[in-house]
Amino acid sequence: LQILSALSLLQVLFFGFGWLFFMRKLFKDYEVRQYVVQVIFSVTFAFSCTMFELIIFEILGVLNSSSRYFHWKLNLCVILLILVFMVPFYIGYFVVSNIRLLHRQKLLFACVLWLTFMYFFWKLGDPFPILSPKHGILSIEQLISRVGVIGVTLMALLSGFGAVNCPYTYMSYFLRNVTDADILALERRLLQTMDMIVSKKKRIAVAHRTMFQRGEVNNKPTGFWGMIKSVTTSVSGSENLSLIQQEVDALEELSRQLFLETADLHATKERIEYSKTFQGKYFNFLGYFFSIYCVWKIFMATINIVFDRVGKTDPVTRGIEITVNYLGIQFDVKFWSQHISFILVGIIIVSSIRGLLITLTKFFYAISSSKSSNVIVLLLAQIMGMYFVSSVLLIRMSMPLEYRIIITEVLGELQFNFYHRWFDVIFLVSALSSILFLYLAHKQAPEKHMAL
Amino acid sequence: MAALDRVKVLVLGDSGVGKSSLVHLLCHNQVLGNPSWTVGCSVDVRIHDYKEGTPEEKTYYIELWDVGGSVGSATSVKSTRAVFYNLLNGIILVHDLTNKKSSQNLYRWSLEALNRDVAPTGVLVTNGDYDREQFADNQIPLLVIGTKLDQIPEAKRNEVLTRTAFLAEDFNAEEINLDCTNPRYLAAGSSNAVKLSRFFDKVIEKRYFLRDGNQIPGFSERKRFGGGTMKSLHYD
Repeated sequence: LQILSALSLLQVLFFGFGWLFFMRKLFKDYEVRQYVVQVIFSVTFAFSCTMFELIIFEILGVLNSSSRYFHWKLNLCVILLILVFMVPFYIGYFVVSNIRLLHRQKLLFACVLWLTFMYFFWKLGDPFPILSPKHGILSIEQLISRVGVIGVTLMALLSGFGAVNCPYTYMSYFLRNVTDADILALERRLLQTMDMIVSKKKRIAVAHRTMFQRGEVNNKPTGFWGMIKSVTTSVSGSENLSLIQQEVDALEELSRQLFLETADLHATKERIEYSKTFQGKYFNFLGYFFSIYCVWKIFMATINIVFDRVGKTDPVTRGIEITVNYLGIQFDVKFWSQHISFILVGIIIVSSIRGLLITLTKFFYAISSSKSSNVIVLLLAQIMGMYFVSSVLLIRMSMPLEYRIIITEVLGELQFNFYHRWFDVIFLVSALSSILFLYLAHKQAPEKHMAL
Repeated sequence: MAALDRVKVLVLGDSGVGKSSLVHLLCHNQVLGNPSWTVGCSVDVRIHDYKEGTPEEKTYYIELWDVGGSVGSATSVKSTRAVFYNLLNGIILVHDLTNKKSSQNLYRWSLEALNRDVAPTGVLVTNGDYDREQFADNQIPLLVIGTKLDQIPEAKRNEVLTRTAFLAEDFNAEEINLDCTNPRYLAAGSSNAVKLSRFFDKVIEKRYFLRDGNQIPGFSERKRFGGGTMKSLHYD
């Protein structure tokens, strides 16, 4: 009973952390009006973290295995309930509330949206060989397998992009050379463009005012003489105006481009200055390491796919094997394997949680507005839940055999090999397309800069 | 007509509060049909009659510079935005009545714009925190406008209006609360239109008339140095 209370305390702690994160980081600039959203986000976060906590308990041997198994099952059920039923329903509900037309029957349309979601969710399972036919329709395995597919795809996409973007951002080799004179010149151009826009708008405003004062508000000529007059005077006036308006539109577009380029130059200059500091040099060094690591990962992914091979042993056991067999160092395998795998798994968990939260925050800032903030946060909660569930799936590979058993037991007979293969494929695709994308972006920028 | 004098007024506020709609309403007396994200800065021009209805009536151009973005942007974006804060004569602070955070962010917006403008009076900032005395000393006229008034239910209106009244008092500025999709809030002769007109008049005065060798600043300086005797000498 003591242990139960300790566990619930931990859960409350996770919940509190999720709540704080939501308030301080995500919803920094918005007012929380629907507390449901905040609760759902924190609950999803809390239960996802509990899963990781259970893995750690597994390694450390806390509690006895039957109660661990029970907690696993319970947690899994709750998470699936949230991810498949609650969050999509609320997403549908908030999307519908934003559309003014459907205001009357919000619940009805929310249910309709949820049913559509379930349909597509179910259909997702068909093209993938993820289930053995002996499971029933409404079993945990069905749901988990589908959630796993989506989550693994997300993980692989993010990892692939991160693996390429990380060295690109850290290493200063890629930084273009920006001088203060460049920035000043660009700013001057920007201000000149703004002045041109202002003078043209003044002409339009003056013309409108004169027309207004002359009583030609509608600009509709009446009567015979009115028509004759309009041919000679007003027509040329309004044609002139529309011409000026077009020029203004073009100039405004130009000013936007110049603004974005100036912001880009300022950011690059900041990065150059940062790279000259100690921290910058340290990160630069790390960047070289990371790039080697990423190249190695891409290479391994390709080999895995080409040679149709899925790793059988985890890094911990292999590392221990190598040290014992080749280096001849004898030590207590059991003891060390437990501790090393604990540390390794712990690092993987913490870094993936942190990485995900940071990415989600950046994403949220980039695309949310005051109207859509609720929907976007719920989408992010959904993504986060699926991500964490599938990272449990994949983490299985990094753990020694004796700890894998419980995950295999709890999650049922999923084809784990498929998920690893799928991860490798998507990782490769994502990494290669990120390389292409970054290459194009990098090439394009200095050309634009030179063209000034 | 093109040789009218000009005055530059910044329009600041968080993303999505309705600055572009407001500027469009102020300049064209029409509601903006399709508001979209403002990237960088968009400028519009309003023709204003200074001291309307008096013999000293004169027409001026008021340039409304609507600067987009959020207060928590990266330093690089802030440095880019700073280019627009040169030579400004007035600031309109816009906040969303349905979103308290946007009202709180106004303090940071005003500090960002005023820090940039190194006026002779010097707005001294110690560590970026809000300090009421800075605003009392501030020479640049401010106006606080709250938008989306129609989205506040009648029951909550008093509470919201009290809060915004405190806000405007902190800035030592007038306040106007309106709905940018309804031109009747700024209809000619309404109290809002009068406040707006007074604000623009104040901006023009500060820009053009306190530099014309007006006696008043010199007078107060003399008062500081001398005493009663100097004053009487001046009158003689």
